[in-house]
Amino acid sequence: MSLLEINGLKLAIGAAEILHDVSLSVDAGQITAVIGESGSGKSMTAYCVNQLLPRGARTKGNVQFNGQNMLALDESTLCQMRGKDIGMVFQEPMTALNPVQTIGAQVAETVLIHGAASKPEARKIARDTLNRVGLPEAEFPLSRYPHELSGGQRQRVVIAMAIALRPKLLIADEPTTALDVTTQAQIMDLLKRLVQEDGMGLLLISHDLGVVADVADHIVIMRKGKVVEQGATAHIFKHMQHPYTKALFEASSHKPDREAKPQDTPILEVKNLIRDYTLPRKSLFGPAPKFRAVNGVSFTLKKGESLGLVGESGCGKSTLTRAILGLETIQGGSISINGVEVKAGHTVPRTLRRNMQVVFQDPYGSFNPRHKVARLVSEPFHLLESPPKGEARKAAISEALTAVGMHANDADKYIHEFSGGQRQRIAIARALIIKPELIILDEAVSALDVSIRAQILDLLAELSDKLGLSYLFISHDLSVVRAITDRVMVMKSGEIVEEGATEAIFQTPQHDYTRALLAAAPSLEDLMQ
Amino acid sequence: MLIFTLKRLLSLGLSLIAASVAIFFVVEIIPGDPARLMLGINATQDAVDALRTQMGLDQGLLARYWLWASGLLQGDFGISYTYRVPVAEMVQGRVWVSLPLALYALLLSTLIAFPIGIIAAAKRGSWADWLVMGGTQLGVAIPNFWFAMIMVSILAIKYGLFSAGGFPGWDEPLAALKALTLPAFVLALPQASILARVMRSSLLDTLSEDFMRTARAKGRTARGAMVHHALRNAMIPVLTIIGLQFSFLLAGAIIIEKIFFLPGLGSMIFTAITQRDLIVVESVVMLLVFAVILVTFLVDITYALVDPRLRRRA
Repeated sequence: MSLLEINGLKLAIGAAEILHDVSLSVDAGQITAVIGESGSGKSMTAYCVNQLLPRGARTKGNVQFNGQNMLALDESTLCQMRGKDIGMVFQEPMTALNPVQTIGAQVAETVLIHGAASKPEARKIARDTLNRVGLPEAEFPLSRYPHELSGGQRQRVVIAMAIALRPKLLIADEPTTALDVTTQAQIMDLLKRLVQEDGMGLLLISHDLGVVADVADHIVIMRKGKVVEQGATAHIFKHMQHPYTKALFEASSHKPDREAKPQDTPILEVKNLIRDYTLPRKSLFGPAPKFRAVNGVSFTLKKGESLGLVGESGCGKSTLTRAILGLETIQGGSISINGVEVKAGHTVPRTLRRNMQVVFQDPYGSFNPRHKVARLVSEPFHLLESPPKGEARKAAISEALTAVGMHANDADKYIHEFSGGQRQRIAIARALIIKPELIILDEAVSALDVSIRAQILDLLAELSDKLGLSYLFISHDLSVVRAITDRVMVMKSGEIVEEGATEAIFQTPQHDYTRALLAAAPSLEDLMQ
Repeated sequence: MLIFTLKRLLSLGLSLIAASVAIFFVVEIIPGDPARLMLGINATQDAVDALRTQMGLDQGLLARYWLWASGLLQGDFGISYTYRVPVAEMVQGRVWVSLPLALYALLLSTLIAFPIGIIAAAKRGSWADWLVMGGTQLGVAIPNFWFAMIMVSILAIKYGLFSAGGFPGWDEPLAALKALTLPAFVLALPQASILARVMRSSLLDTLSEDFMRTARAKGRTARGAMVHHALRNAMIPVLTIIGLQFSFLLAGAIIIEKIFFLPGLGSMIFTAITQRDLIVVESVVMLLVFAVILVTFLVDITYALVDPRLRRRA
């Protein structure tokens, strides 16, 4: 008998059937990973275990945990089990902690709710648990507040809260999705270590095969509320049966065919770029301190070339992008676009900005929900001196939409009628409409499911072949950068530490930081062999 | 936290200076000569000029501002043009009606709003929520002078539970409180309705935050999570509204003061304006501004106490 055994689980919320007949199991001391794309029901399966379901949810079937059917228990029994027998770790460490309470109080709370110890003892347990998850007392006293910690550190606090009472089962819902690659690797190692030390069962939910593949003992692939395939990790990798599993693997390591050859003329030249931010004053008098977000960055992007920029959050890659886009004034160095130079103290002018467009990460937040697609897509027209009007404008909108695989009729719809992948296509259409030479893709595929991501990458490859576009491709996801770029730059603390042809960098990295990044990044290809 | 408080204090001082300058010059712009007004149209120009000199009106604007502002700092509000008595004395009697009334109304408003706002949020969509939403809608919509009259005619006249008007003074604290209860309740009702709605929506926002789910996953009951995690986080917008309401209650009670025959600041300033008693207007408005700025300062400090993230910014 396994620690957790789910049999024939069905879940409906209102009229929507979310789960159909899900069965899986988790053994003590083992890691079961549930993989699926958005809407597959993987998170809901997890929430069925500790019964933290949305209002109006109806469940059927059997969720046997430690000899009890969780579906049959009443709320007060469930409250006693949550936190004590079943711990949970969430996707968003930035928002999973209460911002107005100290980390010590929040970890100790788990102990106190269950009356497992007195207040001073609970604080001691909190301290020990924070030490265990790698937050030592010297740097991380109990009196710290969540906003004083980084994302990875916050996730460690969330893990500490979940394991403070040494639960039998830990549920981790996308625990590393919001984190950088090196932090992601550290958190996965931590979870693995805790499972071994405490003999806990871990139900790990993820959309990323690469992340879970080298830690999971057992893999469950879900799609549209059903389990399509499951088995021991090594077995699944060798003998996958279901076409969806195969498609998922293929999409995860998808490489689009690219034919475009970079020309010799540069479209963008950045020389010794410096970008300073003024920080809040430390004292009432004296100059405000400055933070150098971009420190002497130089590079050249040729016409038709696809250049990758990788680095962890806070390395300055977004700041660099904003400076190039002309959204902020630069403090040193210069930016040349098509040979026209913008010097320190200036902002890239509108006349140059029309050569560039940007596609952002969030396909949900980057559109005004009250405007129709036609208006959204035609927004960049304000950069032109004489934007097309009437029929010409309509034609331009349809052309842009059809170029990204959407229909011309979609212009009359509102953005909420589209899925994440479709929205990202519309964002690309918006970038294309004034026929720029350079498109900056700022984590443009990071929020997408792997299969959708593969389609968008194909689209980008096709567009650059057809239109001779240059890309500056910014991402924290190394496998994506490897698939779509000719050259890659590695950025750390505001500086470019390594630059070179993509394959060369990936195969023989020179800088220590690049090596660390590559070592931390999960690679499916290595696992398949 | 110390630096934060000092910064807020500095900004309080600067706001006061800016406000005093604005009030002084705006009042000076109002046409009409107070001396001429006091002496009547038939007075000789010499008599008017003599009075102007006596009141200091013949001096330059800056000098007069300085006299007025430095006087304020020493508690000297000047002499009323109309009544020839120190403004400070006139104000003193009034403040001890208006301030307790405002505090009383604020207390009632909070006492009504918090529980019903919390219940409405906790039982969202239930009949209790509907009742609160409907009731508060009504509370905002009812004109308070009408409501005051209804209250007087039922509770004071028919049943004699409260006094219908007038103020006996603080020599008899219980009688004074009784006299203020009905006006405070009438003032509090619309404020409580607004506050309850703000409380409800702020709490609903907080309840959908990720950390609430974390609290449930730790084993908190729905109610425990609400009490220990949601309430404090939901307080920021509520505090903002409380601060605004206090300012309003302090000076905005003219109609209610009239209905209940209360000798408050509102009716005093109203009379002073009609009599062109500029020195009274200036001083009372300055006093109210001071109260508002002080309340804003206190609200800012409370923000920082509630939310540690705000302590670093200023």
